[in-house]
Formats: sequence, C-alpha cells, structure tokens
Amino acid sequence: MKIDIILAGVGGQGILSIAAVIGEAALSQGLYMKQSEVHGMSQRGGDVQSNLRISDQAIHSDLIPTGKADLVLALEPMEALRYLSYLSAEGWLVSNSVPYVNIPNYPDQERLDAGFSEMKRKVILDVESIAREAGSVRAANMVLLGAASPFLKLDYSELEAAVRHIFGRKGESVVELNLKALSMGKAIAEQVFKS
Amino acid sequence: MNRLLLLGDEAVAQAAIDAGISGVYAYPGTPSTEITEYIQSSDKAQKENIHHAWSANEKTAMEAAMGMSFCGKRSMVCMKHVGVNVAADPFMNSSISGIVGGLLFVAADDPSMHSSQNEQDSRFYGRFAMIPILEPSSQQEAYDMAYFGFELSEQLGLPVMLRITTRLAHSRSGVVRREERAQNVLHFSEDPRQFVLLPVNARQRYKKLLAAQQEMQALSEASSFNVFTPGRDLSKGIIACGIAYNYLMENFPGGCPYPVLRIGQYPLPKAVIAEMLQTCEQLMVLEEGYPLVEEMIGGLLNQGNKVTGRLSGSLPRDGERNPDIVAAAFGLKTNKSYEKPEVVLPRPPALCQGCGHRDMYDALNAAISEYGDRARVFGDIGCYTLGYLPPFRALHACLDMGASITMAKGAADAGLEYAVAVIGDSTFTHSGMTSLLDAVYEQTAITVIISDNEVAAMTGGQDSPGSGRLEAICAGLGVEPEHIRSLVPLKKTHDEMVKVIKEEINYPGVSVIIPRRACIHTLKRKKTASNEN
Repeated sequence: MKIDIILAGVGGQGILSIAAVIGEAALSQGLYMKQSEVHGMSQRGGDVQSNLRISDQAIHSDLIPTGKADLVLALEPMEALRYLSYLSAEGWLVSNSVPYVNIPNYPDQERLDAGFSEMKRKVILDVESIAREAGSVRAANMVLLGAASPFLKLDYSELEAAVRHIFGRKGESVVELNLKALSMGKAIAEQVFKS
Repeated sequence: MNRLLLLGDEAVAQAAIDAGISGVYAYPGTPSTEITEYIQSSDKAQKENIHHAWSANEKTAMEAAMGMSFCGKRSMVCMKHVGVNVAADPFMNSSISGIVGGLLFVAADDPSMHSSQNEQDSRFYGRFAMIPILEPSSQQEAYDMAYFGFELSEQLGLPVMLRITTRLAHSRSGVVRREERAQNVLHFSEDPRQFVLLPVNARQRYKKLLAAQQEMQALSEASSFNVFTPGRDLSKGIIACGIAYNYLMENFPGGCPYPVLRIGQYPLPKAVIAEMLQTCEQLMVLEEGYPLVEEMIGGLLNQGNKVTGRLSGSLPRDGERNPDIVAAAFGLKTNKSYEKPEVVLPRPPALCQGCGHRDMYDALNAAISEYGDRARVFGDIGCYTLGYLPPFRALHACLDMGASITMAKGAADAGLEYAVAVIGDSTFTHSGMTSLLDAVYEQTAITVIISDNEVAAMTGGQDSPGSGRLEAICAGLGVEPEHIRSLVPLKKTHDEMVKVIKEEINYPGVSVIIPRRACIHTLKRKKTASNEN
C-alpha cells in the first residue's frame, strides 16, 4: 500500500494542519511516512506545498516524482492546478473552489474553470461555506480533509482519532466542530464518487 | 519500536539532547531555525539547564559554543549556510585549537535558494577547516549522525560538521531514539597552550590537525555511514551523497543495477572509490550542492571524462536535486498525465496586510520620490526585503546581514546625495551595529531606518536581543540623540513619518529612524497563547 499526496495552498492558509492529521492517522496504523514542508519566505502569502508520502514499505525520496501523486489536495483552486503535472492518471484532485486573490493579475473564473475541465477525477467544493455551516470557517481545513478521506486508504476512524488528539487541548467544542466539518466534507465526496 | 515523528531539524535537536549537550547556540535562519526551537521547547532543556537562548549572530554563537567546550561540556551550534560565513573566523580557528567537550557544528544549506541569497555548499567549509563532515540521507540518519557526531568530536578532539539541506531539514519522518546520556562534568584541557592561539602555539596545533587527518581518513574508510552496494551493471558506478541517495533509489525501486557508494561521512573513503574507478566504466556523482565530490574525484582535468555529474552536464549545474532530475540523468522517462495549465501564475511572497513595514515603505517612498536618482535605498535581510517587490519597489540593494548600513555609507562616500538604509531590529543587532559605528566615526551623511517589529519575523518570530534597547544602542554608538527618531508606523501617522524622514535625510550626518510596531503574527500568537493558558 502506498499513497502520495500533494497538499497545496497559499502561505498562512494552514495546509500543515491537514498534513498533521493524516500523518498521525498513518503513523497510528504503523505505516511509514515522509512529509516535506515549506518554511521560510514563501510562508508570507506565497504558494506553498507539502509532499506527504505514506507506505507500508520504507520510503526513499521526501519529494514525489512527476506523475506519481495519488491525490492533490488544495485549499485554493489555482494552487490545485499548479501541481496537476504531479498527478497520476488514476489520481484524484480535491480542491476548495474559492480563490485566494492576493496577486493583481489573478485569472478570472472562466479561465480557472477551463483549467479543471480536463480533469475527470475531481471533487471541487466551497470548503469555507460548508465549514461555516458546521459552525466556524476555521474548520475549512477539516472539510477539505473530509472530502479527501474516501481516497486516502486510511481508516476513517483513525482520522477521527487523530482530529480528537490534535485538537484535544483546545477543548471538546473545538474537537466536535472539526469532526463535524470532517464528516460534512466526506459526505460531499461520497456523493461525487457515486455519481 | 516507538517512532517519533520529527522534522530533520528536530531529529538533530533530539539527538543532541539525548547525547547530553549542555547548550545550543544559534541565530535563527531558514532552514536551521527549528533545531534550536525544538530544544527551547523541550522539558529536559528546562529541567537540566541546557542553554538554549538565541545568540546575537552566528559568530557569537560559535564562540560561546567553544567556551562551553573549553569547559569540557558538549555544545551544539546551528546556522544556515550563509551564517557559516559570519561564523567563519571562530569556525576556522576551532579546528586549530581543537575542543575538549564534543562540539557539533550544524550547517543547514539551502540549494535552490528557497529562502536565501545564495546556495553555497558548507561541505567546502568543513574541508577547508579539515574536520570530519557528516551528511545524513534521512531523518533517522540525521538523529544517528548527530548523536555519533559528539562522540567523534571527542574522539578526535576536533569539532565535527553536520551538513543538512532544506529538504531534509523541513521533512518529517519516524525516528527511533537511542539511550539518553548524562551531561559531561566540567573539566579542562590538560594542555594549557591549547586554546591560546599565539603563533608559537598555533603552529604546534596546526601540526596536530595535520597529523589527525590520517585518523579521520581511517574512520571514514570504516564508517558505517559510507555504504557500498555492489551492482551487476558495471557501465556505471554511482556515488550518492546525503539525500541524493534517496532520489537515486526512488528511481530504482527494485534495486539499483549499478554499484552504488552512499556517502555519509567525509573525508571521502579512498579505497572503495579507487576500486570503483577501476571496475566501472564511468562514475556518476549525485550530490546536493556544489560539485565538490565530482571535482575531487575527477580532478582538474578529469582525463578520460570518467567522472560525471553537475560539472560534466549530466545533471543541472545549479539548484536542488529531486527524483525527476535524477531520472533524467539516467535517461528514464517521467510519466506525465496532465500538464500544468497556462492559467497558473506565479504567486510570490508578500508583506502581510497590516504589517508595519508596509506603512514604513509607503512613507519612505513618499519622502524620497522628489529626489529621483539622487536617492538610493539599501535593503537588508528579513521580511522587509519583500519591499523590493511591487507595489513598493523600494529597494535597490540587498547583499547580506548588515550590509544596508555599510553599503549606504560607501555610496555616500562615493557621492550619492541621499543614501538610505533599511534594516530590521534583529538584523541590526546581528551585524548592523559595527556598520553604524563606521558611519558615526566619519559622520557620513546616511539615514538608517531600523524597521522594528520586535522579533526576527521571517524565521517565525524569535526574540530579538536588541528589543527595547535600540535607541540606547544607537546613542551609545555615538548617534546624536536628536537624530534618533522613534515612530509608530500606521496609516494615520503617514504624514508625520514622511516629515521625519525628509528632515533626517536632509541632515548631513548620521540619522536613525526607528518605526516600531510589533509583528502582527507574533502579536496574534501571543494573544492565542494567553487565551489558552
């Protein structure tokens, strides 16, 4: 079993908290993992990514080769497209639909949509609205993770346990919010999966 | 076995704690910062009084680490690659004096310049100082090598360099720890001449260093970090250093058909390389950084072109390695199912909305716009370097830590009418104070803006040793008190700031303007922390 994930977003959006939950779930199942992060200058509003590799065999490279990712998971649509060349033919793209506009020449919606048109295996959702519905926009990350959960090859209960552990020190209400966000994201992905 | 999930940086830190260090000394710099931060947040460091406060710069860090080693205790000093330049003076002399307590010198290089102004390779420094270098390929090896590095250091009586690169420093994986070792007791060198590098002593010490080379070589030949794996295809032999080994094996999941020598400990093991040169038609060197190993083995002329790598053009001459680049070097194809659409645009980093540097740059641009080419702004290293980018386009130079002030001085000496330096608070105390003294000494007409956010912000908000003392430091260096102007950079203070900047750039001597407002991220973190407590 192996799963290679590229997490993408804009510095400050919080892709690393998604990586932390997946990483903990993987480790508790006794799997190997490597997860590279971007620290430093790019974190100031630039494009950031994290390569997350999980396997039942020892992993060599910290970086995923071109065309080998099983999943691109993005908190921002243009950032999702940035890593398309890493996605394998059978890979899935799961992305937030709402642009984060912090550059003057950000592409318009039509051109952005065209970028996704070739992709068949994709789940595009407005994670912020769903998070708001779950209780707070701060849980947007967990909505995205929930939407990716059917493709992760990890037990959903392990993801839940990781959320409980990681958010535990912030109190039960924060845990419940994030678990709710996680399950709402999962429900949407399952609908896409069925159709 | 219980595995800890650690960044490469954190693995180094955990190993140092377990190996019984009595102190870490460092100045923050990407990708090395997390080593010291991990020790700062460790319970053991608090309980057992392991020194962990930030140093003013890499040179002071190295010297303090040497002071600790002088007392027989183990110490670690960490920095980014360009920090090694700052620490170079004590570093080069530390191999002459040698050490008493084990000293691990961690250099974190940044190939591809993710967050740096060059991609220099610290292995050259290790070789220059004639000390052993350890170069891990995984987080586990980062742990094992750091732990071993202290033993090696004490065995040889020399500092040992641990060289990592960004990708390993900032990648997480499972790490198994070793047994915890107690700190050394305080004890001194038996040789009273050891640390007094007068020429008469230094000549003796240098002979000792030269004599130690043979032992270092023998240790490398036998090192378990230098691993030779035979292969059936002798058309090539591969020498893979540090994490370049991972990119090789990623491309040969079923095992590499060529003989492979994985390098983790320097000096290079000669015997096995000599044998590979004999038996293989060609040697390909995979290394992260400059072509150090390729050049050493190939020699100046590389007669017969037997050795290939970055210099020969088999791999790109610059930038970081990755699995795709290594695949290309072997003529292996990468399978792309999708192309990156053209609609994807670069998204460069930018100063945060609400950041005080923004208000400072708006005021500075407004104040100097009328002077056109008669004014130039010399920048420095930190978040505010982003003032070069739109919408500000405010900077004309950025060279190294502290250079803003001294370059402005040289430009003023050359006849530039309005020479302005922009430097952060942490960078100022790192390397700007002596620059300012030069300007005060000659009463050079420069204006120094110390854009003070009360932390080292770019690296994540570390304490700045000058916090709350900048005015006193400038006055102490001899800047006239009426030309030290403190402000709060906000939209509503724009006009006042413009006025002050105009007044000071027209003063024909040294002026310091200090716009001071806390970094918004640090402020947010402090609020969150106090809410949780």
